[in-house]
Amino acid sequence: MTLVLNEEQLMLQESAAGFLASKATVAHLRGLCDSGDELGFDPAVWREMVDMGWAGIAVPEAYGGLGYGYTGLGVVLEQAGRHLSASPLEASVLIGATAINCLGTESQKADWLAAIAAGEKQVTLALQETGAFDPLAVASTAVQDGDDFVLTAEKRMVLDAQSADAFVVIARSSGAAGDTDGLSAFLVPADAAGLSRARCDMVDSRQCGVVTLDGVRVSADALMGSAGDAWAALERTLDIAAIGLAAEMLGLSLEAFERTMAYIRERKQFGQVIGSFQGLQHRAAHLFAELELARSIVLKALQAVDANDENLSRLASAAKAKLCEVARLASNEGIQMHGGVGMTDEYDIGLFLKRARVLEHLMGDYYYHLDRFARIGGY
Amino acid sequence: MTEIDTFRQETREWLEANCPESMRQPVSGFEDIYTGGRRPEIDIPEQPLWCERMAERGWTVPHWPKEYGGGGLSGEEVKVLREEMDRIGARRPLDSFGISMLGPALLKFGSEEQKLEHLPPICRGEIRWCQGYSEPSAGSDLASLATRADDQGDHYLINGQKVWTSYADKADWIFCLVRTDNTGSKHEGISFVLFDMDQPGVTAKPIRLISGSSPFCETFFDDARADKRNLVGEEGQGWTIAKYLLTHEREMISAFGTAGGKSLGKTAVELMGADAEGRLRNGILRQDIAQYQLDTLAFSATMERVGDEVKAGQGLGPASSIFKYYGTELNKRRNELNLAVGGEAALGWSGERYNDGNVVRSFLRSKGNSIEGGTSEVQLNIVAKRVLGLPDA
Repeated sequence: MTLVLNEEQLMLQESAAGFLASKATVAHLRGLCDSGDELGFDPAVWREMVDMGWAGIAVPEAYGGLGYGYTGLGVVLEQAGRHLSASPLEASVLIGATAINCLGTESQKADWLAAIAAGEKQVTLALQETGAFDPLAVASTAVQDGDDFVLTAEKRMVLDAQSADAFVVIARSSGAAGDTDGLSAFLVPADAAGLSRARCDMVDSRQCGVVTLDGVRVSADALMGSAGDAWAALERTLDIAAIGLAAEMLGLSLEAFERTMAYIRERKQFGQVIGSFQGLQHRAAHLFAELELARSIVLKALQAVDANDENLSRLASAAKAKLCEVARLASNEGIQMHGGVGMTDEYDIGLFLKRARVLEHLMGDYYYHLDRFARIGGY
Repeated sequence: MTEIDTFRQETREWLEANCPESMRQPVSGFEDIYTGGRRPEIDIPEQPLWCERMAERGWTVPHWPKEYGGGGLSGEEVKVLREEMDRIGARRPLDSFGISMLGPALLKFGSEEQKLEHLPPICRGEIRWCQGYSEPSAGSDLASLATRADDQGDHYLINGQKVWTSYADKADWIFCLVRTDNTGSKHEGISFVLFDMDQPGVTAKPIRLISGSSPFCETFFDDARADKRNLVGEEGQGWTIAKYLLTHEREMISAFGTAGGKSLGKTAVELMGADAEGRLRNGILRQDIAQYQLDTLAFSATMERVGDEVKAGQGLGPASSIFKYYGTELNKRRNELNLAVGGEAALGWSGERYNDGNVVRSFLRSKGNSIEGGTSEVQLNIVAKRVLGLPDA
């Protein structure tokens, strides 16, 4: 395998760049935010994305998708990161569909994947329970009662919770927090009795919510796979999700950097453009170097998903840790190099900082993934 | 069987029959690799034999054209040869500045006569070359060099001083930047000449480094003679050639950044212990190691990506400009961590107990990586100006 995009992926990149630059830009995000939009994305724009096939890029052809793989989806996510494009691409396509594909039964896949790919349904993952991302710490309960399960949980950071048609809920059917055994996954419709959702207003103006399951009764056919055995497939889902988000963070970081370079080439102080000062030039060049490393590790991780690489977890944590680090640096330098105007709401650079921090947290931050990278490395 | 399979099969058989057993033992460092020359340093008796056998097939420099002593192999064949050599642990038969630096410059800028005269002895390991670039007053500001070459009709007389000349005391010939004209800008008037070090006007004096070794020399020219036929390119074209050659030097140095070997993290666990979950006991050191390993992985992926982009016909992208900077900074970090992990054992300077001070000497030597061949600061200037298009002050 060579570490370059193939022709199909390059075409996808070009069409995504063109579409998002006109239809789902930072200005559109501002519009959604200012109008207090409940959905947090524009359904008409989402429909167009679906019509271009984006909702099914990584869904296997057998289930109604395009089967282009995750490298293809990553290319689109990178462009979405550049424009801070708001859509259910992350929640439903990257994470929801992947969860169903990895965890689901044959009939769940048949029922849901084609519907996601066609944009008819949205599915999102309900996993995180505390302030920190820590999937093994899940303590929500799934108590078997005859053929049914009764779910009790309070889930945070549920992306696009408001617009979801169903949730992949992770709960414990046995074991204790920290155990890999005992985790189970359930596909729970949003209208299930006892399920409620509340919108949370997050710093990046994207839709996110808390989902509460107060003794939600589901039948055995909601169970994904077998009870207590969800960990391996969940881990793969989370690895893929982390890699996809890393691709989005790459786009965000590159865009923040390019906007910042454009600014320091124009802004004058002391009678010259500030980009001529070595104090800024060396920091810019260092950041450029880090961005080049970021490009490589993201592409390597995306290709590892499509190649079923046995070292996927190591590469997933490497990619997410590296991109958390680089997005932090790019967004921080973005503000600093913009100077005073970087602190104003009027300038867009602050929006990149805000989105960067949410993406860093989602699916595990720098510290989570660097720790995991080291653990996998045997130290 | 495809052609490449046949090539692999024949290569395998030939290596099996011709690579001496002693040349299948791992090298402990790049100082172990045979460098040839009129006065070769021979650590193992079979080194010249192995070099000679490989040179006969052109395999000391397999990717160079056959007419200049190379193997004329395609990229794919070179890869197969490397793989087959790795398979039996065969050492590279020869490495030298002639191969890594002068050769590429001569192939691009040299005349046919120069290529035919100088490249085959490089391939056969007969002539060892050194590089005359830096001067006491021309380090990062290399173009301000002052070593003079005065036109004497059929030859130049060279006067001046070079410094940081690697292995000048052991080299047979030098490729040297000299000033043939003082009238224009500092970049103009520089020329690239080749001459024999074995002559009365040349003196090389080794410089002892903080690491205790003396790989570099001060080199003095007092009416040294260079034949005009050994001027490479035109008079005044030296800076262009020098820059081209520097890219090769930087590639060579940046490869240090991918130095693998045993995982530092695992070594640290063995020496310092782990907690119940297998994490290195000192969490702060562990984070530094993990960040280093992460950056090494991402850097290697970048070298791989840039190589693949070139192969895919996308050309050498801007990412290559970071290699020297990032690779050397990584190597310095690696060496700092080696000290932290090794503790007392890493600080020993001599004696068997301390492996002759290997760890600390390598650490000390690594400090020069971000200075030689263009400092990190110069590299960042280049990225800022050439890649990012930021203006001069």
